[in-house]
Amino acid sequence: MKAFKIKTPVRYIINTVLVALLWTVLTLFISGAGLKGEYYRGILITIGINIILATSLNVVCGYLGQLPLGHAGFMAVGAYAGAIFMKSTPAAQLLRAGNNAAVIPYIIIAVIISALVAGVFGLLIGIPALRLKGDYLAIITLGFGEIIRVVITNIDSVLGFKFTYGASGLARIPKFTSLNVIFVFTAVCLFLIHVFMKSRHGRAVLSIRDNEIAAESVGINTTFYKTTAFVFSAMLAGVAGCLYAGYIGSLYPSTFKFMKSIEILVMVVLGGMGSMLGSVISAVVLTALPEVLRSFSDYRMVVYSLALVLMMLFRPKGLMGTYDFSMGNSIEKIVARIRARKKAKEAKAADEAKEAKEVKS
Amino acid sequence: MTFSLLIAQLINGLQTGSVYALVALGYSMVYGIIKLLNFAHGDIIMVGAYMVYYAIASFALPPIVAIVMAVAVSTLLGVFVEKVAYTPLRSAPRLSLLITAIGVSFLLENGAQLVFGADQKSMDPLITGSVMLGSVNVSYVALVTIAVSVVIMILLTLMVNKTKAGKAMRAVSEDMGAAQLMGISLNRTISMTFAIGSALAGIGSVLYLCAYTQASPTMGSMLGIKAFVAAVLGGIGSIPGAMIGGFTIGVLEALVAAAGFSMWKDAAVFLVLIIVLLFKPTGFLGRKIQEKV
Repeated sequence: MKAFKIKTPVRYIINTVLVALLWTVLTLFISGAGLKGEYYRGILITIGINIILATSLNVVCGYLGQLPLGHAGFMAVGAYAGAIFMKSTPAAQLLRAGNNAAVIPYIIIAVIISALVAGVFGLLIGIPALRLKGDYLAIITLGFGEIIRVVITNIDSVLGFKFTYGASGLARIPKFTSLNVIFVFTAVCLFLIHVFMKSRHGRAVLSIRDNEIAAESVGINTTFYKTTAFVFSAMLAGVAGCLYAGYIGSLYPSTFKFMKSIEILVMVVLGGMGSMLGSVISAVVLTALPEVLRSFSDYRMVVYSLALVLMMLFRPKGLMGTYDFSMGNSIEKIVARIRARKKAKEAKAADEAKEAKEVKS
Repeated sequence: MTFSLLIAQLINGLQTGSVYALVALGYSMVYGIIKLLNFAHGDIIMVGAYMVYYAIASFALPPIVAIVMAVAVSTLLGVFVEKVAYTPLRSAPRLSLLITAIGVSFLLENGAQLVFGADQKSMDPLITGSVMLGSVNVSYVALVTIAVSVVIMILLTLMVNKTKAGKAMRAVSEDMGAAQLMGISLNRTISMTFAIGSALAGIGSVLYLCAYTQASPTMGSMLGIKAFVAAVLGGIGSIPGAMIGGFTIGVLEALVAAAGFSMWKDAAVFLVLIIVLLFKPTGFLGRKIQEKV
C-alpha cells in the first residue's frame, strides 16, 4: 500500500480554509462580545502585530542562528515611514467618513513603503553587521538600533522642518489598522515566511545555521543568504511597525528603545528559536497574559525576565524547540496511524482464523 | 571654543571615561575567561549605586562605610548571578548564555524598579570643591575619579601578571581544559573573576554617584552598554585595552557635547564602535582568534 500523501495544492486549500475559519470565529467572537468587543479587538490587533514581529525576528534568530538586538529599530523605521505616508494621504478624511474600502489601496501602499524602507535599512545595516558573528553581531545591531532611535529623535533639527516631530511624537496618524487589516497582513506575513523557509533558499539559510563553514564548502553563498534573511526579517518588522502606527495613532521614539527589541527576542526564545508555531504561541500568550493579569501589571517585566532566565536554565531550546506544525503533515500522520491500526487488526483477525482452523483439524 | 574650555572638556571626558573604563574592565575580564558578554554587569553598578544612596541618604552612614557596602554588595551579587545563572550553562551554546545574561539584566532592572521605585533618587554630592590648574577650573571629583581608576588599573595589571591567582585566570582564559588538567580549580577561578569584575563595578558605581549624584533603575543599561562598547573598542579581554577604550569613549562624548551636539553623543559612540569593528574587529589591542574547522 502506498503511503498516504497530501498534495501541495490540497495542503494550501486546507490551510486557507482553516485561516478563513479562524477569521470567522474571531469576527463572530468580537461582534458577540458586545461592549467588551472594542477591548478584545485592541488585544487581538496587538497580538497580530506581535506575531509578525516575533516570527520575523525568528527568521534571523531561529533559522539563520544569529542574534540581532536591533529589531525595534526596523520596526521604528517602518512605523515612521508608513505613518508619514498615511498622513500625507486623504486617508484620515476617508476613515472619518466611514469609507473604509477607499482606504485599502492607501494601506497597501503604506505597508509596501514601510517594508521597502525597512528593507533598505536592513540592507545597509546587514551588509556590514553580518560580517561579524555572535556577540559582536548582537552589539553592532544594538548600536544600529540605538542610532536609528537617536536619528529619529533629532533629525528635525538637521532637516530644518518637521519630519518625525522628534521626542514630542508624531501624532494624528490615521487609525487604519482594523482587525481585518491586521488579520490579512499577519496571515500574509506568516505565509511569506513559510514559503521562504520551504524553498531552497530557506534550506540554504538553515544550513548556515547548522554549520556555516560546511554550508560554504558545498557552494552556498553564505553572505548572500545571510543578508537576504536579514533584509527579509527587517522588511517584515517594518510591516509590523506600519500596522502598529495605524493602530496606536501616535509614535514616540522612546517606544522603540532597546527594551522593545528584547521583548520581541523574549517571545522568540520562549517559543523556541526556529519554530514559527512557538513564536506565534508565545506572542499570543505574552500579549494576552498581561491583560489577564491586569492587577499584576507592575510585575509583568519581572515575570518576563524571570521566565527568560528559567527557560534558558531548564529548557534552553524553548517551548517548542524547532518543531513546526503543519496541518498537512498532521493529517498524514493520523491517517497513517489509523491505517496501521487497521492493518494490525486485520493481521490479528487472520492469525486468529488460522489458529482456529488448526485447532479444528 | 577657547583652549582652556577644551582642556576642561577633556578632563570631563577623562572623568566619565574612567568610570567607563572601570566598568569595561569587568566586561573584559569576564569575556576573556568564559566568552560571555555579561549584560548584567551594568545593572550591578545600578545596585551598587542604590546601596550608596540608601546608606548615605537614608541611614546617614559615613561615606567610607557606604563605599565598602556598595563594593561588598556588588561583589556578592556578581558572584551570586554567576553561580545561579551562568554556571549551569557552562557547556551550553554561547547564544543561550548570552540570552540568559540579557534575562538577568532585565530581572535586576525590573526588580530594582519594584524594590527601589521607578523614580530617580538624588543625593548630595560626596565630594565638593575645585582647584585651579593654570587657567582651568578642575573639580576634585574629576581628579579623584581619574586617580582612583588609574591606580586600580595598575593594581589589576600587577595582580593579573604577578600573582598566582592572576596566572590561573590567564591560564583559564587561554585554554579551559588544559588549565583544569594543570590542577587549576575552574569554578574558583571563574568566580574570582566575577568577584573582581563586580567589585570594580561597585567602585565604578561610587564614582558614578560622585559625578552625577543620582540613581535610577535603568541607569545601568546605557552605562553598561557604553562600557561594553569601550571594552570592545579597546580589544576585549585586554586590561589596558579597556582603559584606552573607556577614555576614548569618555573624551569622544565630551567633545561631541562641547561641539553642541549633546543629543547625538549616543549615536556618535555607536558609530565609532561600528567603524572600529568593521575595520579591526578585535579592537585596538585585541588578539586575533583563528576559527578552527
